[in-house]
Amino acid sequence: MSPVLTAFLVLAAVGAILGVMLAAASRIFAVKTDERCEKIQALLPGANCGGCGYAGCGALAEAIVRGEAPTSACKAGGPETSEKIAAVMGKKPEAFVRMRAQVMCSGSRGKTKRLYEYQGLEDCSAALRAGGGDKACPYGCIGHGSCAAACAFGAISLVDGVAAVDPDKCRGCGTCVSACPKGIIKLIPFDAVYWVGCMSEDKGAQTRTYCEAGCIACRICEKNCPTGAISVVGGRAQIDYSKCDACGVCYEKCPRKIIVTSRERVILSV
Amino acid sequence: MTKILLIMLGAILVENFIFSRFFGICPFLGVSEKPDTAVGMGFAVMFVMTLSSAATSLVYDYLLVRFDLEYLSTIVFIVIIASLVQFIEMFLKKLLPSLYSAVGIYLPLITTNCAVLGAALLNIEEGRGFLESVVFGFSAAAGFTLALVIFAGVRARMRENNIPKSFRGSPIALIAAGLIAMAFAGFSGISL
Repeated sequence: MSPVLTAFLVLAAVGAILGVMLAAASRIFAVKTDERCEKIQALLPGANCGGCGYAGCGALAEAIVRGEAPTSACKAGGPETSEKIAAVMGKKPEAFVRMRAQVMCSGSRGKTKRLYEYQGLEDCSAALRAGGGDKACPYGCIGHGSCAAACAFGAISLVDGVAAVDPDKCRGCGTCVSACPKGIIKLIPFDAVYWVGCMSEDKGAQTRTYCEAGCIACRICEKNCPTGAISVVGGRAQIDYSKCDACGVCYEKCPRKIIVTSRERVILSV
Repeated sequence: MTKILLIMLGAILVENFIFSRFFGICPFLGVSEKPDTAVGMGFAVMFVMTLSSAATSLVYDYLLVRFDLEYLSTIVFIVIIASLVQFIEMFLKKLLPSLYSAVGIYLPLITTNCAVLGAALLNIEEGRGFLESVVFGFSAAAGFTLALVIFAGVRARMRENNIPKSFRGSPIALIAAGLIAMAFAGFSGISL
């Protein structure tokens, strides 16, 4: 037999044998996978942001199929995704309130005093270790963008030393909330018009010494709110969004303009 | 026995697959971001490389040599390793799901890994028998794992540093890998 023919036959035989073995093995070792898993995973945003608390979109899809996670677990996907997943699972869609992240600090460069010039790693946790960051306020945004780096949707940018969330890009997944070492990012309802742009827990007189945009807990907003949605607790005003009807009295009355509005933006986008 | 020990020592340190032979650089750079994924990948490679060294050694001795087809070793080994990895993947998925969830995602990466093929080809180049081939496959993979874990540690340190923008990512990783390779070059002074 010619060497070429031998080579051809041996290689063909090896290929054929391995092919048959693999085909047989795929039959013998077939594992039934739930097809809903793949369907749900295709519906999820695929950013693997981790906002749901699972290791990624694939892990969440499995958890939903197992019934461990609710069909509305993906905050980033929004109500549409939630409805579609509910349809795949054959369940009723759950009520879904779209949330967005808001950095509760207005202490930009010109407004908050600086203690020193920070020239280290561009990371909030690193800056926090260097004497709590360069800003004099112990509660405010450090402004080195750890939240921006954590955001899977590119919704956060640094504006004048304070992180700013672009509400149109924000999907409300909450990854930045846990990324912020100071815990000053909160999830608020997407259509919230007013929020308190300060997290200072110090007394008014003290807050006044280091920040022009700090809440001094004067309680004017609390006294004037017609629905009782604002309360001053722990040195700062807080809005209860289940009661707030967006009348805007607090915004107008606040003597230091700590209560911030998105009204201009909302009117523009409508 | 001494020979086996020498093969092990040689494959792990003196001729480390990554730092001295430069095999398997792709998974080395790709899976060394975190120490735990590095360990997972390392174990998957150990598992596959040991089995593939055994399989290729048998096929070479009893099939290729018999038909005078030694020159076909590369192509035959590629086919055998690829099928073996596929087979292992199916086998683990069905019978050892816990092991599959630990190393399963790395298996497709190994299908065309040059380190696995390199081990098989080096075995026949050195004329090793079955047992020696298996030992070499296992130790070479252990050396690979060692390199991966060391490098994952180096990368974890690098993350904490303020690296100039143009060096971030792959460039600094390659520079660091080169420095470790130089350190490993010190082992080449050991004559086995």
